[in-house]
Amino acid sequence: MTPWNFFLTHRSEILSATLDHLTLVLIAMAFAITIAVPLGMLIVEHRHLRAFALGIASVFQTIPSLALFGFLIPIPFVGGIGRRTAIVALVLYALLPILRNTYVGLTSIDPAILDAAKAMGMTATQILLRVRLPLALSIILAGIRTATVITIGVATIAAAIGAGGLGTFIFRGVAMVSDAVILAGAIPAALLALLADLLLGLVERRIKVI
Amino acid sequence: MNERLAGPSDAAIEFRGVSYHINDIPGRAIVSNVSLTISRGETLVLLGRSGSGKTTLLKLINRMLVPSEGQVLVEGRSTTEVDPIRLRRGIGYVIQEAGLFPHFTIAENVALVPTLEKWPSARIASRVEELLHLVGLEPAEFSSRRPRELSGGQRQRVGVARALAADPPILLMDEPFGALDPVTRAELQREFSALARRLNKTIVFVTHEIREALQFASRIALLHGGRLVALAPPQDFLRLDHSEVHAFTASLAIPSGVSE
Repeated sequence: MTPWNFFLTHRSEILSATLDHLTLVLIAMAFAITIAVPLGMLIVEHRHLRAFALGIASVFQTIPSLALFGFLIPIPFVGGIGRRTAIVALVLYALLPILRNTYVGLTSIDPAILDAAKAMGMTATQILLRVRLPLALSIILAGIRTATVITIGVATIAAAIGAGGLGTFIFRGVAMVSDAVILAGAIPAALLALLADLLLGLVERRIKVI
Repeated sequence: MNERLAGPSDAAIEFRGVSYHINDIPGRAIVSNVSLTISRGETLVLLGRSGSGKTTLLKLINRMLVPSEGQVLVEGRSTTEVDPIRLRRGIGYVIQEAGLFPHFTIAENVALVPTLEKWPSARIASRVEELLHLVGLEPAEFSSRRPRELSGGQRQRVGVARALAADPPILLMDEPFGALDPVTRAELQREFSALARRLNKTIVFVTHEIREALQFASRIALLHGGRLVALAPPQDFLRLDHSEVHAFTASLAIPSGVSE
């Protein structure tokens, strides 16, 4: 069977796997952003926490993704077979790019601007919300963009622990030694990644201020 | 307004035996035992080489820094006793390169302190217009632009307007014209010295250029190695017999072979 024929005969299955995949990615990204952006703000002020947080996030990133999924399975509450474990692993994977970019974005602001803000009588909170964050936004978004593209790719491996998504086709195709089946998972995943990159890139350019 | 009516002998800012050392290590003093009274309405110029402690002294006034020893009094109260946010909003601050917010329009930059102070928006708008006129920028042309669309000289004008926005009685200026090309600098210096005379504010002006000091100062305070080594009105300053004064007056000399 040619890949195209397989695609046509299984299009509703592929579409639903794509939606599952997208859901997995969106949930994981929502958690990752909710954790990493505030944590990034926190480590700007807290020197001791900084090395620790960036270190831990880097360690997660170095664990091969398949191994990370495997490690999580036996852990109570977060582990087990299925989507929950997959989401936890994806969140851990996505943390570093967002955390690092948030920290870099917030700290790479011209000191003269921060000096002026303080000297004008802005409080620390006002400086964070009205000066640091708006100026760091495009760099933070670049981190989110990188993390999203990585997550879309890594999420294909989530099928190995029964989380569904486009990886299902890839694993099935590998087992069947069928390129057509592998491509039915790989092509939509690649397209999703490209689309996410393009869209977030457009947003990033729009909000860039300097 | 009561402060304005007080006599010129009244102190706006007072340094009482002030020292400042990094990490409170006495051996590494940036400022050592400075005592100095700055009168209301005067323009005091802090003159000195790089690293002489002049910017540090300036930052002790609006509590960007806190003295390691001694006291800094603003309007009679120690800076460590008052709320730093309130203190800073009552003191204008102009720095080199202006330090404007790149994501704010010119109008928003100028309106910063009034906005923080929650002035009504109509009052803010009219104040911004008035200030832009004051510093020689046409509001219709500049209000909605961003700092990056302005020249260095124009940005510095905005910096002055922003510092004056809430009409603070004290203005701190840290080499405000230092980053400008010589022609623009001379232009702004001329305009600003006329403006300063009209505004009747207490101005503390940091510079390493004796020409600028002579042009603006009612008194010049010369700093060397963190110590106050000379204090005099401009006309007397050049006659002082101190090696650091000689070093600065020597920098005034016209190169030999160049005639008027």
